[in-house]
Amino acid sequence: MALETTYIQEKLSQKFGSNVLNFEMKRDIFSLEATSETVHEVIQTLKEDESLNFHFLTDVCGIHFPDNDENHQFAVVYHLHNWIENMRIRVTTFLKGENPEVSSIIDLFTSANWMERETWDFYGINFIGHPQLKRILNMDEMVSFPMRKEFPLEDSGRTDKDDRFFGRTIKQIK
Amino acid sequence: MSTSNPNMVAPPEGVVGEGYFATKLNDVVGLARANSLWPLPFATSCCGIEFMATMASHYDLARFGSERVSFSPRQADMLMVMGTISKKMAPILRQVYEQMSEPRWVIAVGACASSGGVFDTYSVLQGIDKVIPVDVYVPGCPPRPEQIVDGVMQLQELVKNESVRRRNSPEYKELLASYNL
Repeated sequence: MALETTYIQEKLSQKFGSNVLNFEMKRDIFSLEATSETVHEVIQTLKEDESLNFHFLTDVCGIHFPDNDENHQFAVVYHLHNWIENMRIRVTTFLKGENPEVSSIIDLFTSANWMERETWDFYGINFIGHPQLKRILNMDEMVSFPMRKEFPLEDSGRTDKDDRFFGRTIKQIK
Repeated sequence: MSTSNPNMVAPPEGVVGEGYFATKLNDVVGLARANSLWPLPFATSCCGIEFMATMASHYDLARFGSERVSFSPRQADMLMVMGTISKKMAPILRQVYEQMSEPRWVIAVGACASSGGVFDTYSVLQGIDKVIPVDVYVPGCPPRPEQIVDGVMQLQELVKNESVRRRNSPEYKELLASYNL
């Protein structure tokens, strides 16, 4: 029997109550939101419950929402996969803007190590309990978290680029 | 019987007489250096693929004396940087340059190595001349093998006309000092 989304919702709601919310099918992936305090337990349940069996961590990534309120500035998204039923699930947790932090899931999935380092590298999201939370893709000397919207994507050291040729300045008509 | 018709490089200007030829040391050294440049390919992306074509039989960089591709910086004369250099890789490129012995030359092949190319972004070095001095820039994205060969030939001209004392000159030391090398 295939794993029903209503069953997952029921199972999680029963255990976590109002800490899990916004269950919906986003395109073809069943998605839910969990509070940052419970997200570790939610993922643990999804992995270890015999009837859920989400054994595989596909991805961990961050998102920055500068227009959201203070408690929803950052999101960490976990994608899990149940290979037996071939079903995916997406767990989102929102974090506050000042010092965003969430507990690491390395104790559940070893593969989370590099993914959490990458999320730290680009968004500055602190994963509590991570054994080696340092930059992974960017150079160590970097001080910004480049995927946060307040940091410019373009390099300030560019010297050969004249803005006029890129349509970025308004032509002065004399 | 061989039917090949080898081309010799023309001798430098000098005085020819019965059994002797007199010329400047500069010219002789320049001639020898220019026609045996050992390249060190530092290929990180698509320009590297074009370089492979340049080295292969059709374009054949060996015709210009660059037969021997050196993968050790200590035995190379000509560092060819081909491709995007990220800021994380910049110290490694510098180290490779430092390991080369004098005289050494650098060719920046392609838009990325020359200026950062389309990658005007926080993670990419905006041209390798931010970290090491460059002798010849080859434009293109990526450049055709003909252009790379042209770049090498331009460098050969520089090498031919370089004074043997240049590397000891205060100007050259100042140049290196400006890069903290």
